[in-house]
Amino acid sequence: MRITVTVDGTSYTDDVEPRTLLVHYLRERLGKVGTVVGCDTSNCGACTVHLDGHSVKSCSVLAVQAHGSEVTTIEGLARDGQLHPVQQAFHDNHALQCGFCTPGMIMQSIDLLSDNPDPDEHAVREGLEGNLCRCTGYQNIVKAVRDAAHHMRPGAGPEAERVTGADTGSRTASSVGGGGE
Amino acid sequence: MTATIEPEVGKGRLRKEDERLITGRTRWTDNLTLPGLVHLAVLRSTVAHAKIVSIDTSAAKEMPGVLAVFTGDDLDPEGKIGMPCAWPITPDMKSPRRPVLAQGTVNFAGEGVAVVVARSAGEAEDALAEIDVEYEDLPVVLGLENALAEDAPLVHEDLGTNRNALWVFDSGEAGSGGNVEQAIADAEVVVKRRFRQQRLVPAFMEPRACVVDPTAAQLTMWSATQIPHILKTMSALTLGLPEHKIRVIAPDVGGGFGGKIAVLPEEIMCLLIAQKLGKPVKWTESRSETMVAAHHGRDQIQDLTIAAKRDGTVTGLKVELLADMGAYLGLVGPGVPILGAFMFNAIYKIPAYHFACTNVFTNTTLTDAYRGAGRPEATFAIERMMDELAAELGMDPMELREKNWIKHDEFPYTTVSTLTYDSGNYEAATQKAMELFGYEALRQEQRERRERNDPVQLGIGISTFTEMCGLAPSRVLGSLDYGAGGWEHAAIRMLPTGKVEVITGASAHGQGHETAWSQIVADQLGVPFEDVEVLHGDTQSSHKGLDTYGSRSLAVGGIAVVKATEKVIEKARKVAAHMMECSEDDLEFSGGKFTVKGTDRSTGIGDIALAVFAAHDLPEGVEPTLDSEAVYDPENFSFPHGTHLCATEVDTETGRVRIRSYVCVDDVGKVVNPIIVEGQMHGGLAQGIAQALYEEAVYDESGTLTSGTFADYLLPSAADLPSFTTDRTETPSTTNPLGVKGVGEAGTIASTPAVVNAVVDAVRQFGVNDIEMPLSPMRVWQAIRTGEKAAGGPGAEAGGGLGSIDPAHGGAQ
Repeated sequence: MRITVTVDGTSYTDDVEPRTLLVHYLRERLGKVGTVVGCDTSNCGACTVHLDGHSVKSCSVLAVQAHGSEVTTIEGLARDGQLHPVQQAFHDNHALQCGFCTPGMIMQSIDLLSDNPDPDEHAVREGLEGNLCRCTGYQNIVKAVRDAAHHMRPGAGPEAERVTGADTGSRTASSVGGGGE
Repeated sequence: MTATIEPEVGKGRLRKEDERLITGRTRWTDNLTLPGLVHLAVLRSTVAHAKIVSIDTSAAKEMPGVLAVFTGDDLDPEGKIGMPCAWPITPDMKSPRRPVLAQGTVNFAGEGVAVVVARSAGEAEDALAEIDVEYEDLPVVLGLENALAEDAPLVHEDLGTNRNALWVFDSGEAGSGGNVEQAIADAEVVVKRRFRQQRLVPAFMEPRACVVDPTAAQLTMWSATQIPHILKTMSALTLGLPEHKIRVIAPDVGGGFGGKIAVLPEEIMCLLIAQKLGKPVKWTESRSETMVAAHHGRDQIQDLTIAAKRDGTVTGLKVELLADMGAYLGLVGPGVPILGAFMFNAIYKIPAYHFACTNVFTNTTLTDAYRGAGRPEATFAIERMMDELAAELGMDPMELREKNWIKHDEFPYTTVSTLTYDSGNYEAATQKAMELFGYEALRQEQRERRERNDPVQLGIGISTFTEMCGLAPSRVLGSLDYGAGGWEHAAIRMLPTGKVEVITGASAHGQGHETAWSQIVADQLGVPFEDVEVLHGDTQSSHKGLDTYGSRSLAVGGIAVVKATEKVIEKARKVAAHMMECSEDDLEFSGGKFTVKGTDRSTGIGDIALAVFAAHDLPEGVEPTLDSEAVYDPENFSFPHGTHLCATEVDTETGRVRIRSYVCVDDVGKVVNPIIVEGQMHGGLAQGIAQALYEEAVYDESGTLTSGTFADYLLPSAADLPSFTTDRTETPSTTNPLGVKGVGEAGTIASTPAVVNAVVDAVRQFGVNDIEMPLSPMRVWQAIRTGEKAAGGPGAEAGGGLGSIDPAHGGAQ
């Protein structure tokens, strides 16, 4: 099947097998290897990307489902050499060790902050429940997300990741994939 | 610039490693592609023990994109290749051959049976379904005591026994203490307990992967490994390849926790197939494969007997272990329980000690190192025993510990198991922890909740631990029959522009060596932190090393770096004296400069590096280089310690455990980077707490791993863990020039008993004196009601209903 997908600002048109997962399309066809695969049961969240601004586990989305959509991966966050505030906060708070879960963790954190711009510790922990980390014990990740929240008020983030509209609180979870929760 | 610049060591530097990792510019092994690369997929046994009657690969070979299909007999027709075990713990240890792919029999569910080579990973995977294997079932051996029963079927018929080895230490025989049987006979109080160390999955986040390129000048292997140097040597030995023709690279590696200390059949397979086909090959496992095929950790039955006087003085300790090796021996698997042999006596002055461990084969995935490797098991058992003894004596458990521990003015102290602890201050760490925790107030609340029969009971758990790490003095490893030494290598390259390249044999996979080594070198050579580049993990640039495990990188590898910088300075001193026309004795080196004493004449090390590069005017007999290397063999282990306190709330109506407060004060000696140290503590705590409350690798009666996915194996998420209060005391190690101790495993070693002690403390009034890990709500609830510590079914209940996926890889059926 032929699909057209915009990934990190570039439009791609490709023939893909219908069974191709979005994460395999990103990694194997587009070379977007910043997004990684950590499990095969949609539990770990390492492959989390944004599909039209909502986080999805890209192992749970078919490439064909992304047809006509915009995908943002960890590689598309920094603009003009400027890190996204969540990336910066992960660095500033030592919120990563081996770094394998980090792309998914950052993408999910951004989604969490677009739902709730000032989450308390509990909200962050609940919001990241679908992303596993084996190195950090999560404490510094929680700290980083809350730190980023303070830096992102208002308008500190890049345009593409800024929350738009007034109805963000009532946004429904993405209809595809296991994202969001 | 003056000589008073702030030292880098001790500074909370943010990590150099992060920039690539937070932007996705990573080089995980699976990210690599090479011209003509082909992909491997491994068919894994779905049964735990069977004869292989036949393997029909003909249909698979016809599948689109398939280049070849190999069985064990295809790759190794003579059946000569065996995966290495480097730790024969006794001369008569039984050692079965572990083939690259099963030959004749399969011995655990998940063992490789055949491998497909195809153009794409997907095509290789598709072809697995077309391989037809006929098995003839053999009796499945599961459970340590079952395996040792008189009429037990055998995992390996040819060995004649399921007993791998018996390893014994006795303080009476060693002359380091008394006779433990006498101590028990004479004791006023004797407490016996049996503890179960459940089987765990290391669960590094990056699944293992391997790429081999036979088209390069050297046969080049990239692997998601903790041990590129050991892997190179072992690959050469295993396959009879010339070692100088092999290059191993560990690129970015996504965690290990001991789980990537291994020489994999899949790595050997990649080497064989790449050479056979003359093409680069890649193998990347799925998570379902990791769960069944990568080695597991722990899995012991521990029988302990402690003898004491009524006043709480411990007089003897007897430890009898059964340790499950799984179906084969891993690289260091048989030695893992032995690393615990020296730690059961922990921080206590125990006059008589006996340790005996029987290693056992079963039809399960092999076990090997997992964060702490032997020491968490030991620490768990002794810290649980101290609480049990305190309960028996009616003493406060901290008071009992204090009565028996080594006092700060008694160091250095040689223990009953013959280790010499160089330094420590258990009083200081404990005092600080008790204050941060609010021990007395929590005890008061506990009394109140008990009195009013509150449905939510409060428990307090203590773990005052030490561990031996910084593996290891080579002579000690030799005395334990380990197959290698414990030194580490480092080299410094002084570049003409004054920048510095540091080469280390330690192989980081998340620890932050690049940052910490840069801090050390910045101080030693007086160069800016930013001017230091750390090279590691490639045997071509970092040609010598023993890699990263056992909390050894800083305490051994970091000291090698210090020693190498000292040699650079000595070389530079000669040149500086020549340049400034003075005697070497008149020079002092500080802040990156040689200054002529009593003058303001000085030369920077960067200027010297440039002068040496030009080499126009060097003193007679001086080589034109400042580059230096050092190999450091530690004189002793390092002995970090700490006091961990955990308060749990146990809902007696549901069995649910909530960690209300976790406080730890650790003493890891001098600290190079407090941010990294704190991160290591957090992650270590999470893994230790996960053993106490969540994780267990569970086999059903047919030998199928039922917790074979992340839907079933309960790796904690952020929502499952509390925030920790971590603090430190600082008692420098006296056996290395930085005064550092290891930190990588401390949190994992210490935390498990603190949590279990807290839960047992919360429900002891119901007649409970133990609950088997993991302390699932079901088990806690049953224990409260029936006193049965392991009642209520397996700890890790299948949770997501996803356990049936991926049968081709041996996933649960």
